[in-house]
Amino acid sequence: MLIFRHQDGQKVASPEQIQEWMKQTMDWIGGIAAQNKFSGGNGLSFDGCKVVWHNNVVTNGPFGEIKETIGGYIMVKADSVDEAVEFAKGCPVLMGEGNSVEVRRIAKRDGVH
Amino acid sequence: MNQQELIPHLFRTEYRKIASVLCKWLGIENMETAEDLASETFLAALETWSYHGVPPNPTAWLYTVAKNKTRNLLARDQLFREKIRKNLSQTDVSEESNPIDLSEQNITDSQLQMLFAICHPSLPAESQIGLALRILCGFGIEEIAIAFLSNKETINKRLTRAREKLRTEQVKIEFPGPGEVAKRLESVLTTLYLLFSEGYYSEIDDNVMREELCLEAMRLTFLLIDNPQTNLPAVNALFSLMCFHSSRFEARKGDAGEIILYDDQDESKWNQELIARGAYHLSQAASGNAFTKYHLEAGIAYWHTQKADTKEKWEAILHFYNQLLQLEYSPIAALNRTYALSKVKGKEVAIVEARRLNLATNPFYFLLLGELYNGINDQQAKQYFQSAISLTKSVAARQVLEMKIKRLDVDR
Repeated sequence: MLIFRHQDGQKVASPEQIQEWMKQTMDWIGGIAAQNKFSGGNGLSFDGCKVVWHNNVVTNGPFGEIKETIGGYIMVKADSVDEAVEFAKGCPVLMGEGNSVEVRRIAKRDGVH
Repeated sequence: MNQQELIPHLFRTEYRKIASVLCKWLGIENMETAEDLASETFLAALETWSYHGVPPNPTAWLYTVAKNKTRNLLARDQLFREKIRKNLSQTDVSEESNPIDLSEQNITDSQLQMLFAICHPSLPAESQIGLALRILCGFGIEEIAIAFLSNKETINKRLTRAREKLRTEQVKIEFPGPGEVAKRLESVLTTLYLLFSEGYYSEIDDNVMREELCLEAMRLTFLLIDNPQTNLPAVNALFSLMCFHSSRFEARKGDAGEIILYDDQDESKWNQELIARGAYHLSQAASGNAFTKYHLEAGIAYWHTQKADTKEKWEAILHFYNQLLQLEYSPIAALNRTYALSKVKGKEVAIVEARRLNLATNPFYFLLLGELYNGINDQQAKQYFQSAISLTKSVAARQVLEMKIKRLDVDR
């Protein structure tokens, strides 16, 4: 799983900018899907987002208290972590300074992963 | 129309109607009997009309003879009568209580119900297509063999197995219940889509056959649009993409039967009426929430009806292919997507992505690489076209590739 981490979720982008990002992300995912290595994913909206804290305290986002936010994720069918890392390197999120893509194996219940 | 043309013409239009109605009447386990009765009806026409001339209403004549032949078979064969009786679940198989109904309404209903029965999920796709061609399109075994690049024996075996399967699964020739339509429709649409693609992209070297397959797929899809219960967005999207693609039939046919490539086609030969129909059904497809791969492919096909190489066009096509591949991977979509990418972001970018596609046994992969290297490294491009030639079985495709090599030689 490739998780997009944005350093500052409070930044407001213009609609044109968002559209451009969307396009770039779609092209990136399309490239992975063209290799038959895409298995799913979602963008995450900030609309109506909440944070639930310890003791059931609920606050509204965007989140001043949190340094990083997760903007979305995709799942890829990579043969190795290295291959997944190569996919991640193309992620348009990385064009933003301070942003990162976290590469994680999805735990299977087969005792191996 | 003289008699020599009339019988083949009627065979095309009436065989499927008679076969569907009889099969429905006799039950799916007697599918082959229904096919035989329909064939014998035409044989009788051939014999009788040659001596006595064509009757004033040839279609009505055919229907009467088909009914008589069925009746005779029942009268002659006690065992068969018993079988049919079980199917009709009634004691009286005489026609008074249960006439063979060759009215327009029942013909349409029977064909639609046959379509659902044949596209039963228990059958492999190639069997579904084979049966559809046989019963709903009136194709001969030999024609089906050509369509599948196969031989008569294999096709006969395949059809026999398929009929057997429908029999053991006790598939009913009926319209699926309201809750089931959408689910069953999925495999019907897949079959119709494959049938169309078989014609449009296949390696069959017979132009007439290819178009015939496409037109039959369209006719069957239209049966679904004609019925309010199946006139759904996905069906309209599928029909729309068929209209857009087939609008180029005339333009892509060279004088010697060779394929004229898209870029070289004379736009004035594109069929505007079909393009307009495609646009109409695409707008029908936009109603409701359904969003299927047919919608995306119709979108791509729509943009291909716009010849000018605009940025807007290729960005839209790339976008649709990106989505299509996320929905369902296919090698041809992966290749086409990479071509669209080259149009949007340039050949260098596309070459990098093309190399990752892992399709080195596919002739179209090398065709794509050849296209991408064309103008960057012509020698390399030529080698790729050669590789594509060595992998393709189609004469028409080989001609196209050889022409591309020749053009490279001229350019240099």
